Amino acid sequence: MLRVDVEKQLGEFSLSAAFTSEGRVIGLFGASGAGKSSLVNMIAGLLRPDRGTIVIDGETVDDTAAGIHVPTWRRRIGYVFQDARLFPHLSVAQNLDYGRRMNGLAPDPAQHKRIIDLLDIGALLDRRPGKLSGGERQRVALGRALLSKPRLLLLDEPLGALDEGRKLEILPYLVRLRDEANVPMVYVSHDAAELRQLATQIVMLKQGRVTSLGGVKVLT
Amino acid sequence: MLDISPAEWTAILLSLRVGVIATLVATPFGIALAWLLARRDFWGKSVLDAVVHLPLVLPPVVTGYLLLLTFGRKGLVGGFLADHLGIVFAFRWTGAALACGVMSFPLLVRPMRLSIEAIDRRLEQAAETLGAAPWKVFFTVTLPLALPGVLAGMVLGFAKAIGEFGATITFVSNIPGETQTISSAIYSLIQTPDGDAAAGRLVIVSIVLAIGALIAAEWFARRATQRLHGN
Repeated sequence: MLRVDVEKQLGEFSLSAAFTSEGRVIGLFGASGAGKSSLVNMIAGLLRPDRGTIVIDGETVDDTAAGIHVPTWRRRIGYVFQDARLFPHLSVAQNLDYGRRMNGLAPDPAQHKRIIDLLDIGALLDRRPGKLSGGERQRVALGRALLSKPRLLLLDEPLGALDEGRKLEILPYLVRLRDEANVPMVYVSHDAAELRQLATQIVMLKQGRVTSLGGVKVLT
Repeated sequence: MLDISPAEWTAILLSLRVGVIATLVATPFGIALAWLLARRDFWGKSVLDAVVHLPLVLPPVVTGYLLLLTFGRKGLVGGFLADHLGIVFAFRWTGAALACGVMSFPLLVRPMRLSIEAIDRRLEQAAETLGAAPWKVFFTVTLPLALPGVLAGMVLGFAKAIGEFGATITFVSNIPGETQTISSAIYSLIQTPDGDAAAGRLVIVSIVLAIGALIAAEWFARRATQRLHGN
């Protein structure tokens, strides 16, 4: 479960959004500049709201009135960025293992294998991120986020930097992830077709305000 | 080949020892300072930046004199260290290391700072979302990516340290076997009749060390670029 009720002033732009979701995949939909990324960064703790509350899975991670702000690294979230952001000095295998090591989790070979198979990245393990294609990079980034065992996965336009062909290559993996990985997701996109395939619930943002809320039907 | 006499070897080895110690002690401070200047905004940042660069523009004899006033036996810090910890800088090789460390510090910090500034902060954010506490982010992402710059800074600092003259001779004088480094040995030799050949040999040693350091620093800088591009 995710509950968000925040306000944030960013220069001229004001963001004020509130929604609650029990859905498996919340689609955050809106044009660029609607405040989608800012909202996701607040859920991740990378951006601090001026006012409001954020509750992930029953835990209040932000409550400005009570002075609560749980830092990003203690939120147990996964975040897949548009630009992958793999660590260039580490191999794919080390990138995948990073979250587990940082959280001091015991190795989980079964989950490790399951996610590597799910994303089809077994052949890439020894490579450096610089030697991967855009689509491969994004799959590794997905695996890296999932292997840190997050309770919520944030995806900020994960297909945004890929061309049409690559998008069609990744989309099936995301559908499988939704159906098999058992982690609730917030999926940010300005592409209605993408969200129709993936989201179970839509939050529509326009100029920093939530304009509609509901099933994928609101994407007309 | 160069026929280096025992006295000359003493000066060369002392220079190397002074340079190594000065660099090793200065490096942790250099990394911390480079990180602070690259990543943090705080009151007095430009003043701190200026102070770090001061030895670069101040006459070395002034820096040496200030060190003597501060770290000499009667100096505020020097007196305390001598009385309570038994550490003496004045007219010792340790003082030479201190003078060289201070004089080379700006050169040591600069590549470190540039390499930290060049790191994409979004990588550090990604590390945080994966559960890394800030100090772990520093040791697993920032420092490894900055490592070539750190090494380049150490090499440049070392090269500057072994060649330092003005501040060293002012602070700890020119005592053979204790504080006489390559530079002060050359200075003494040129003032001695028939010292030309010996001075010439030490000059060649200095040039070789300096060029070697520049090549090494350049190589580390190239490695840094490769590392940041993930190849």
